Amino acid sequence: MHFTFTEEQQMLEDTVRRFVARDYTFERRRAVAASPEGWSREVWSRFAELGLLGLNVPEEHGGLDVGAVETMLVMDALGRGLVVEPYLSSAVLATWLIRLAASEAQQRELLPALARGETLAAVAQAEPGARYELNRIAARAERTSEGYRLRGCKSGVLHGAAADWLIVAARTAGEVAGYDGISLFLLRRDTPGLEVRAYRTFDGLREAEVLLHDVHVPAAARLGAEGQGLDPLERACDIALAALCAEATGIMQALLDATLEYLRTRRQFGQPIGRFQALQHRAVDMLIQYEQAKSMTYLAAIRSRDPDRRERRRALSAAKVAVGRAGRFVGQQAVQLHGGMGMTDELVVSHYFKRLTAIELTLGDTDSHLERFIGTMRANG
Amino acid sequence: MDLNFTPEENAFREEVRAFVREKLPVHIRHKVMNGLRLTREDFVAWQRALYERGWGGPTWPKEFGGPGWTPVQQYIFEEETAAGGGPRLIPFGIKMVAPVIMAFGSRAQQERFLPKILSAEEWWCQGYSEPGAGSDLASLKTRAERRGDRYIVNGQKTWTTYAQHADWIFCLVRTDTEVKPQQGISFLLIDMKSPGVTVRPITLLDGTREVNEVWFENVEVPVENRVGEENKGWTYAKFLLGHERTNIAGVGIAKRELARLKRLAAAEHKHGRPLIEDPLFAAKIAEVEIELMALEITNLRVLSAEAERRAPGPEASILKIKGTEIQQAITELLLCAAGPSARAYVEEYLEAGYQPDAPWPDYVSSVAAGYFNMRKLSIYGGSNEIQKNIIAQNILRL
Repeated sequence: MHFTFTEEQQMLEDTVRRFVARDYTFERRRAVAASPEGWSREVWSRFAELGLLGLNVPEEHGGLDVGAVETMLVMDALGRGLVVEPYLSSAVLATWLIRLAASEAQQRELLPALARGETLAAVAQAEPGARYELNRIAARAERTSEGYRLRGCKSGVLHGAAADWLIVAARTAGEVAGYDGISLFLLRRDTPGLEVRAYRTFDGLREAEVLLHDVHVPAAARLGAEGQGLDPLERACDIALAALCAEATGIMQALLDATLEYLRTRRQFGQPIGRFQALQHRAVDMLIQYEQAKSMTYLAAIRSRDPDRRERRRALSAAKVAVGRAGRFVGQQAVQLHGGMGMTDELVVSHYFKRLTAIELTLGDTDSHLERFIGTMRANG
Repeated sequence: MDLNFTPEENAFREEVRAFVREKLPVHIRHKVMNGLRLTREDFVAWQRALYERGWGGPTWPKEFGGPGWTPVQQYIFEEETAAGGGPRLIPFGIKMVAPVIMAFGSRAQQERFLPKILSAEEWWCQGYSEPGAGSDLASLKTRAERRGDRYIVNGQKTWTTYAQHADWIFCLVRTDTEVKPQQGISFLLIDMKSPGVTVRPITLLDGTREVNEVWFENVEVPVENRVGEENKGWTYAKFLLGHERTNIAGVGIAKRELARLKRLAAAEHKHGRPLIEDPLFAAKIAEVEIELMALEITNLRVLSAEAERRAPGPEASILKIKGTEIQQAITELLLCAAGPSARAYVEEYLEAGYQPDAPWPDYVSSVAAGYFNMRKLSIYGGSNEIQKNIIAQNILRL
């Protein structure tokens, strides 16, 4: 047992941190987030050059296929930079879903292009009213003579409009909340009948609503066996969840640093406000929450690919609860300790706070993971 | 990064587990597993069993008769003995005065005192706090005046845990009143049988008499019982605090108590169903379990950093705060889980252990006492507020 990183892992982390510090300043990020697309192809090409887009792609498809720890380090650094590009949605979530569910031929077509940054993918799974339940899917895929016809509505698709390919979860059988009968389909964004309505989220990122108006796809568009889509979906979401925890931890560290700096320099009543014990203890509470969240982010990374479903979900749900609680506390207190300045759009603090808030509402919120954790606790006896 | 223990560490865990199963007397195990009170004999019996196995000083280096374990082995030992129902080691000798004697004591002091700490022949207590010196420890007033080859000690110590059992007390005393408070303190080892030492018990809110006042009236202490240099006692005291906080997180104990909570919540009922299935209560258990999972990893992170740098750093304060909060939260949940029968409070049951004729389930007799008694966790060893001051100054540089 040890908590040190290999030289290669440290180099990777340094590379991303350097990129963020030099080339992804807060001003640049602000400009990118305000652009019509909401992300930068130039930045995406740099990610490809740095090898970041192939970290989760198998070697035979042009990637580096590194471990979960590498993704954790990258996401932590991207968190500090408040990077708005679709790294989580395309390079982690969609990439893994393709790895886990797609046929060899489908992987050959998609993964090398994803690793090179030439194409992007997104996962269209959630639906209005389903909250965070992966299995609550009303969208239907009905068999036709050539393949399938898809009908339904998908919402909260992370960076849906940035994607060239959408992986759509739809029901080929079963009731709305059934565990079986969910199938996955790979659709080009320009497929007739597929409508992608992009919108902004409060953290400056983009999502989309995806409407399926009688979309006809060939049988070859299906990823994996019919009706067996939930398992790979769950596994890919768990891997993305670990990555999301790492992003949150990176943000919390940045917020803590910014707050401590402010406490040391801001003067009131003739002294730095950090001399006041009430504020010192608040800062210590932030540190403790951050350290606990970081510990759980480590656990999440290590367990994120565990084939034992119960062990994996137990660790990841516990991590999301810990990170969700800590993120809310650290974010709120960072704003509070910055006083009026914490309320402004000018300072990075409010932007970190908003991203942390969005993270808590992504891939399952604190309550839904607490519930899932209790489920594994009970199975434990 | 790797969260797995090595095969050697896993084998070590098995070894400790087997030892506890074989050598821990059943009646002691029963008391610990059910939060009942332990006697001096119980503590000594367990310490002797460990001593005979060569494990008397789990944190000690080999040269002083310890097993020379790594921090990870020490952690595994703590976790396994706690899980198996072993009493916690009485820390005052093993974890407090011994490291000070090892680091700053004379050869003669090391030979005189350390073996008897290890073998439980001599029981130690800690003379730090005074009525006017709690969190502000450096303001202590107990006076030691040099007369030839002895010190004459006058004053009062308080909150002295198990002074009634102790053969020796290590004391911070004032040897110079002219200088800054921190610079006039010395570290003395005092025989509790010395004429002029009086012990008066303090009854706590749970009815226990584990802490005492200790009075010193013209107590003669030979100069050779001073550890290190005169007026350097504050340095040794701070060194001791660092060691006291190793394994302060109490992860092993918290895991055992969490398991007890789940057993209790499975046995109690609400709306005719096991309490543990009540969504409200299950959520409370889950919250504390998740905090504990995080603390376990935070603790291992601190340990592995320690293994590289040796001395425990200020981050141990984080473990103290979080560890005590979690342990206290579990005692609160135990109290809630036991429900109205937790109100029963019959001291004899706490002393005597299981009584089959009691009008309430035997597991409830100690939950209220445990809840009340464990309030001390966030007060002793440097209150949690003092720990936050330490973190603010030494980690956050505020």
